[in-house]
Amino acid sequence: MCLGVPGRIETILDTTPLERSARVSFGGIRREINLCYVPEAEVGDYVIVHVGFAISRVREEQARQIFQELERLAELEHSRGKSE
Amino acid sequence: MKYLDEYRQRASIEQLAAEITRITSKPWRIMEVCGGQTHAIVKFGLQQFLPDDIELIHGPGCPVCVTSLEMIDRAIAIASRPDVILCSFGDMLRVPGTERDLLSVKAAGGDIRTLYSPLHALTVAEQNPDRQIVLFAIGFETTAPAHALTVRLARERGLENFSLLVSHFLVPPAIETICASGASRVQGFLAAGHVCTITGYKHYQPLADHYRVPIVVTGFEPLDILEGILMCVRQLEQGCHRIENQYSRAVAPDGNHTARAMLEEVFTISDQQWRGVGQIANSGLELSAAYADFDAQKRFSLPASAHQDTSGCISGAIMQGLQKPADCPHFGDRCRPEHPLGAPMVSSEGACAAYFRYCARSTANEH
Ligand code: SF4
Repeated sequence: MCLGVPGRIETILDTTPLERSARVSFGGIRREINLCYVPEAEVGDYVIVHVGFAISRVREEQARQIFQELERLAELEHSRGKSE
Repeated sequence: MKYLDEYRQRASIEQLAAEITRITSKPWRIMEVCGGQTHAIVKFGLQQFLPDDIELIHGPGCPVCVTSLEMIDRAIAIASRPDVILCSFGDMLRVPGTERDLLSVKAAGGDIRTLYSPLHALTVAEQNPDRQIVLFAIGFETTAPAHALTVRLARERGLENFSLLVSHFLVPPAIETICASGASRVQGFLAAGHVCTITGYKHYQPLADHYRVPIVVTGFEPLDILEGILMCVRQLEQGCHRIENQYSRAVAPDGNHTARAMLEEVFTISDQQWRGVGQIANSGLELSAAYADFDAQKRFSLPASAHQDTSGCISGAIMQGLQKPADCPHFGDRCRPEHPLGAPMVSSEGACAAYFRYCARSTANEH
C-alpha cells in the first residue's frame, strides 16, 4: 500500500486549494488525483502519486541522474581499458 | 515515463552491478528500509547481480506489517459494531488479530469497505449520515498527509459521523532503534525515497553522525536501488558516513513544505507500539488537540487489549534485520499468503510475502 507511482497530469479538474485535483494518466490508465500538496504542478508535469494524492513533482533535470552516472562509468571503463 | 522504461534495462543494471563489484573490497551489510524496495529487490532478483560480499538486509518499512496487534484488535472491535462502516486499505483485512482478522468480520456481515484514496471515506460519510464512518488510518510519513487532509476536510464539511483510527509511524526513530541495538548488523542504510518526498532528509544527519552510518535516500526502480547501493558502498569503502540523495528527481532536501505544514497542524508526535518490536518513543503520530473529536479511540469505548502474539511469528526479528523469512519455521508451511500467521506474509511489501511469491517461483522455474 506504500507504493508511489509516477503519472502525468492531463487535465486540472478542481482549483480550490485543498481540493485541487487533476486527471492523471498512469501509462494510459486515468484516475482523479488530489494535487493539494503539489501546488506548483501543472498540466504535462509528472507527479509521484500515493493513495490518490500527488506527493511530489518529478524534476526532469534530476531524472537524468542515473544515466549521467552510467555514462560516467562507461567513460571510466573506456579510459581504464586504454591505460591497461 | 520514458526514464522509467529505460531504468529496467538489463545492460544498465549489469553496468552498475559491475561497478559495485569492482569497488567492493570486503563484506558490507546494507539495510533497505522500505518494504517497497524489499519488494523490488526480491521481484527483480537484484541480490543475484551483487557480489557475495554485499548482503541486503530487509527493514521495517511496511506499515501493514508493523501496525500492532492491539490496533488490529481495536479495528476488529469497531468494525463489528452494527452502526459502523470501517474504511480501510485492502491489505489490512487479512492481517491476523488475536483471534481473527477483519476479513472474517466482513464475512460475518460487518460493513468494511476497501478504498483507493482516504478521501473516498468522506463520500461514504456523506452518503450514510445515520452510520458512523471510521477510517483505519495506517501508514508512514508518506501516507500521513493524505490522512491529514482527509480529517481537515471532514472538519470543514462538518461531518460528525466521521472519525479515524490512527496507526501512524515515523521512520527515523525506527532506524535509531536498529542502530542502537547491540545486535544490529547494519552498516549502511538505503532510506525510503517516498517517505523523504514528504520529510526531506536533513533530519537524518544526526543519526548518520552519531552511529557513523552512511544513509542514502533511494528510489524504487531496480536501477535506483542499485545506484543507491553503489553510493552507499562507495561511502563504506572510503570510511564516510554522509547523507546522500539518489532519488533527487522526487526528493528535495527539505521535503514537501505544504505537506509538512499540514502534518504539523493535524498531528502530534507520540510513542508508538510496533508489532513484534515493542514500543518506540516518539515514533508515531496521533491527532492533535484541535482534531481530538475525530479520534475513533475516544469516540468508541474499546476493550483494553493486553494480548500477546502467540502465533510464533518472528516478524519483529525480521523487521529489525536480525533474521530472514526463511529462518522462520512456519515460512511456507503453516504460514502462507492464503493463511498468513503474521503480517509480513500479508502485504506485497512484507518480506515474507515477497520471498514466498518470487523465490518460490524462481525455484519452480529451475525445474
Ligand atoms: S513466515 Fe509468517 S510466521 Fe514466519 S515471520 Fe513471516 S509472517 Fe511471521
